[in-house]
Amino acid sequence: MGVLMATVRARPAAAGEESRRAPKTEVPVVEFRNVTKVYDGGSVAVDQVSMRIGRGEFVFLVGPTGCGKSTCIRLLQKELEPSKGEIAIAGRQLGEIPRSRVPYLRRNIGVVFQDYKLLPNRTVYDNVAYSLQVIGEGRQQIRRKVPDILRLVGLSTKLHNFPDELSGGEQQRVSIARAFVNHPPLLLADEPTGNLDPETSIGIMQLIYRINRTGTTVVVATHDKEMVDKMRRRVIELREGRIVRDEKSGLYRPDESTTEFAIRLRGELGVGVEGHPN
Amino acid sequence: MRWGFFVREALRGLRRSSAPALAALLTVLLTALVLGVFIPIVQATTGTANEVRDRVAVDVYVKESATQVEQAELKEALEATSNVRSVEFISKGEALARAQEKNPKAFKEGAALLGSNPLPASFRVRPEDPDELDEIVQRLAPGGQPQLAAIDEVRDREEDTDKILSATGLVKALTAGLAVLLVFASIALIANTIRLSIFARRREVEVMKLVGATNWFIRWPFVIEGVIVGFFAGLLAVLLLTIAKETFIDPLSERFELLAAPETIDFGLLVIVLMVACIAVSALGSGITLRRFLRV
Repeated sequence: MGVLMATVRARPAAAGEESRRAPKTEVPVVEFRNVTKVYDGGSVAVDQVSMRIGRGEFVFLVGPTGCGKSTCIRLLQKELEPSKGEIAIAGRQLGEIPRSRVPYLRRNIGVVFQDYKLLPNRTVYDNVAYSLQVIGEGRQQIRRKVPDILRLVGLSTKLHNFPDELSGGEQQRVSIARAFVNHPPLLLADEPTGNLDPETSIGIMQLIYRINRTGTTVVVATHDKEMVDKMRRRVIELREGRIVRDEKSGLYRPDESTTEFAIRLRGELGVGVEGHPN
Repeated sequence: MRWGFFVREALRGLRRSSAPALAALLTVLLTALVLGVFIPIVQATTGTANEVRDRVAVDVYVKESATQVEQAELKEALEATSNVRSVEFISKGEALARAQEKNPKAFKEGAALLGSNPLPASFRVRPEDPDELDEIVQRLAPGGQPQLAAIDEVRDREEDTDKILSATGLVKALTAGLAVLLVFASIALIANTIRLSIFARRREVEVMKLVGATNWFIRWPFVIEGVIVGFFAGLLAVLLLTIAKETFIDPLSERFELLAAPETIDFGLLVIVLMVACIAVSALGSGITLRRFLRV
């Protein structure tokens, strides 16, 4: 925890406060304006969606499979282009970014996937190092940052294992480490706990929450409604491509510590208190 | 630092997916071998064909009555004609000597019997382009009527010429067709193997893109891999060809002068051509095939 606090930009303390009054004054980190995405086959994945996500917010995108959550995530990475409407990240219109600049956009967005998407022929260390090598980080920096971040996610003993030698939860931790190692201002997670058991899921959620506490905006897409309801963060619910609910987080304490968060979550989900290795 | 990273990535790629890399190497190697054998063969056949075509000529017979001056004028006139590469004067004496050489029995006593040399002096005119031989004949003697006073007759040995032209033309067309076929087959084969080896790693490429790698950042290691594979394939091919040349061709050509006769590509040049072709095909193949997987 201390390591993370030290390495992130110096605004974590204010993060909680800001998220409470975020979207009104400043430029939202994520903005959808009447976004529609129709796939080539004619199926409508996202239908006239508008939303604003402010800096430092923790937002759940929920809804049943096929409701357009993943499409939203992929639209944000400019992996897909919207058929109609506009998407802006930190005030920058995605439609105006030329293809050759897309990699630079993605370097500012950490992504976590349901199937981890680790590079199978690289060790844990190399997987995380890759996203630093991509941005041209020097060897010294890589040698310093990678062990740090892996210690943070609780994998300091598995540096030289290959992904297929790890459990699902461990692989997801590697993928979070990779997404966060260069401290992007925005973290996207597409069903990060989709393949994991409840106890491991809590560990992963705790980790993501911890990242959010450093001031990083987090968007998590999930169909695990129970978990979402218990976590008491802002929830945007999609159904058949439309927003049917946007609960602006009335209930939760935004400054809740990660440990309190985990204890409360375990209590509410009725899971044992073995705790994760961290 | 950057290049060191790319090279290390390429080596890692080769180590971790050595089976497809080996398949690609074998395909390139086989193609190079076939090319290495085929290039000299094509050259030998076209060389021979061209040599045969060079024999095509027009004979211009000089009148017995023509003076030295007239002969000189005729030579100049012939040399000034278009599509003429060379004009060779064959005097009466030379003509007899050649005839005797060709057919000793008939001429040995014949010449003595006749008492004088019956053969006329002539000019042998060789064309620049054998296919346009008729044009020369038409110019010198339109409709069989010689243009210049000194010309007795113009003969193009029509039958020989036609045979030579059609036979060599066929040989040339055949080898050209074979070469085109071979090149297409090689490209298709290599493209497919490379595509397979990259297809096996498309997920990896996708992840790299999502992490924010630029296209060239992803592509360079693949291209370097291609260069390495191409280099070793070329090296092996050259080695095998050298062994084959030393053990089979060289002793043969020492014993039979004929085999060495046609002008073929210098072995050193062949080696360079093969190496460059292998490396270029393999590297370009990887780089281009990758393109479709980079569109994420």
